[in-house]
Amino acid sequence: MTDIQAPPETGPDAGGAAPEPREKMVDVFADDKGHTVAKTNPVGVEIARLADLDDRVVALSADMSAVLADLRQRHPERYFEFGIAETNTISAAAGMAASGLRPYVLSMAPFGAIKCAEQLRTDVAYNHLPVRFVARLSGLAMGFFGTSHHAVEDIAIARTLTNLTVVAPADANATIGLLRSTVDHDGPVFYRISEGTSPVYPEPPTFSYGKWVQVRPGRDLTIIGYGLGVGLGLAAAEILAAEGIDAAVLDALYLKPFDSEALLAAARDTGKLLTVEEHNEIGGLGSIVAETLGRNRVPADLDTLALPDVDLEVGVPAALHAHYGLTPDGVAQRARALVGA
Amino acid sequence: MTTVVERPFDSDSRELERGRPASEAELSRRADWIRLATIELIDQAGLGHYSSTFSCAEIFSVLYYHTLRLRPGQPDWPERDRFLLGKGHVATGLWPVYADLGYYPADWLATFGQIGSPLNDHPNMRLAPGVDFSSGSLGHNLSVGLGMSLAGRLTGRDYRTFVLTGDGEIQEGQVWEAIMAAGHYRLGGGLVAIVDANGFSGHGPTSDAINIESVADRFTAFGWQAIEVDGHDVGALCETFDALPPVGEGRPVCVVARTRKGRGLAMMEEAPQAWHLGHLTPEQRDGARAEIEARMR
Repeated sequence: MTDIQAPPETGPDAGGAAPEPREKMVDVFADDKGHTVAKTNPVGVEIARLADLDDRVVALSADMSAVLADLRQRHPERYFEFGIAETNTISAAAGMAASGLRPYVLSMAPFGAIKCAEQLRTDVAYNHLPVRFVARLSGLAMGFFGTSHHAVEDIAIARTLTNLTVVAPADANATIGLLRSTVDHDGPVFYRISEGTSPVYPEPPTFSYGKWVQVRPGRDLTIIGYGLGVGLGLAAAEILAAEGIDAAVLDALYLKPFDSEALLAAARDTGKLLTVEEHNEIGGLGSIVAETLGRNRVPADLDTLALPDVDLEVGVPAALHAHYGLTPDGVAQRARALVGA
Repeated sequence: MTTVVERPFDSDSRELERGRPASEAELSRRADWIRLATIELIDQAGLGHYSSTFSCAEIFSVLYYHTLRLRPGQPDWPERDRFLLGKGHVATGLWPVYADLGYYPADWLATFGQIGSPLNDHPNMRLAPGVDFSSGSLGHNLSVGLGMSLAGRLTGRDYRTFVLTGDGEIQEGQVWEAIMAAGHYRLGGGLVAIVDANGFSGHGPTSDAINIESVADRFTAFGWQAIEVDGHDVGALCETFDALPPVGEGRPVCVVARTRKGRGLAMMEEAPQAWHLGHLTPEQRDGARAEIEARMR
């Protein structure tokens, strides 16, 4: 038996200093409508608050430490940096969850959600473990950096994973509300975080599990969105109202479980549905709506505004959104066509 | 299924402490009993992984009948030592052990291979008591064990987490993410990787595919303490596990267990990859039983 000597000791327990955040948090959630919204990144702020209330809450970062500044300050022992190694981070979180903890994994959507689909499936979802996977910078949020940084397939992947709850908050307050509303859920939860949303909720709502929220009533059509699609739907509804078109807007924050009841009610009430999402047209909200209408034999006129299944352009998010019609005017234009105006 | 090992406890709350007394002869005999039971289970199911199970039979025997701190009557006891089967395709060798220790009734074994059985070819923690984590996709469980070990340190528990990996399994990139992180977090004897270094993957010699040697040097370079041991020498395995460093201090431990794929049956030792996945004919099965039983007498 040979005991081979290791090199000198390193690491946090050997007296190494904790890493410094690489970036300052930016107040990207500035409010111009008088709503009370978070002034810093809502994910990090809320996870720290949940940790204040529950000793089981820990956070694992795959090179996302800046977001966790509050937790690192208040509960440094419950922050685990895993570096640029997403697969290890998610499987380790599964091990922590199997040991009684409530781990929140923070990762960039393209690398955490898409690269690690198998870890999410095999280690987290199959085993019903209460891992909270927070996919930041989803959709085209990092579109400036290249096609590698688009995350437009994540809903399609996540919703096929048995046992996984898939949610997408519409704004900063919804992010806080969803994190709070699901804190005691015993299974795994996938949070798809949109960046650059416009305010929808004046304060963090209390959401019911699996239920959508009607954020605007209307008679002529229903615009259904999640993430930044909700704010776009509301802005489009304002434009349409000025033209005499009365659009309802539904926040489809639960992609799984899917609120079929709310969808079918909208189909019956307005008969015309427009889905809006920052996702590939395959496998996202538009697909789920079409499946659900078909399975329930409920007829409706359906249009789906999503990203086309082609090589996507690269650019700053605002330019990309404009290019693909994910703007208030773009949504309003599709709505007009749907109602025949 | 024949049980050759007496149940080690009477009541459900009985704790099996670390380092339980067991003679080397008895531990070797139990390893052969695992091989016999594996042959029976695979015979019943019609397909299974013989030679990979045989290479780690002594490791199973020493861990479950000597090393691990357990409460079979309380499988989720928070203070228990954890054992994760990274090379999940050898769960067949664990099913009789869990039944023998009392995690579930021995008649569950008769369901192996059937739809609805809690005992699958790869282990499922949701179905089989005693399984600390599911496996089947190679390369995940060292990461999971890292998470369990970190959780133990955070919650002030002194359990150890053992993760058995195949030597082929360490070709998976995620394993090296876990090795790197565990070296960084310095979990000491809280995290023990056991590499079942039998030298073969499914289709041939492991290092003919991609060289993995020196396993010990590679772990050491990532901040681990590496120990080479004969994986069929139950005395050496006991001694190694008895001498593990304290939980949560210093370098994590890699035990490179040098083993033979197919160990214990001449026909499989001679052609290990031919018996990675297979099914013995009735004549072969009877001959294999006789060869093992002769050694156990």
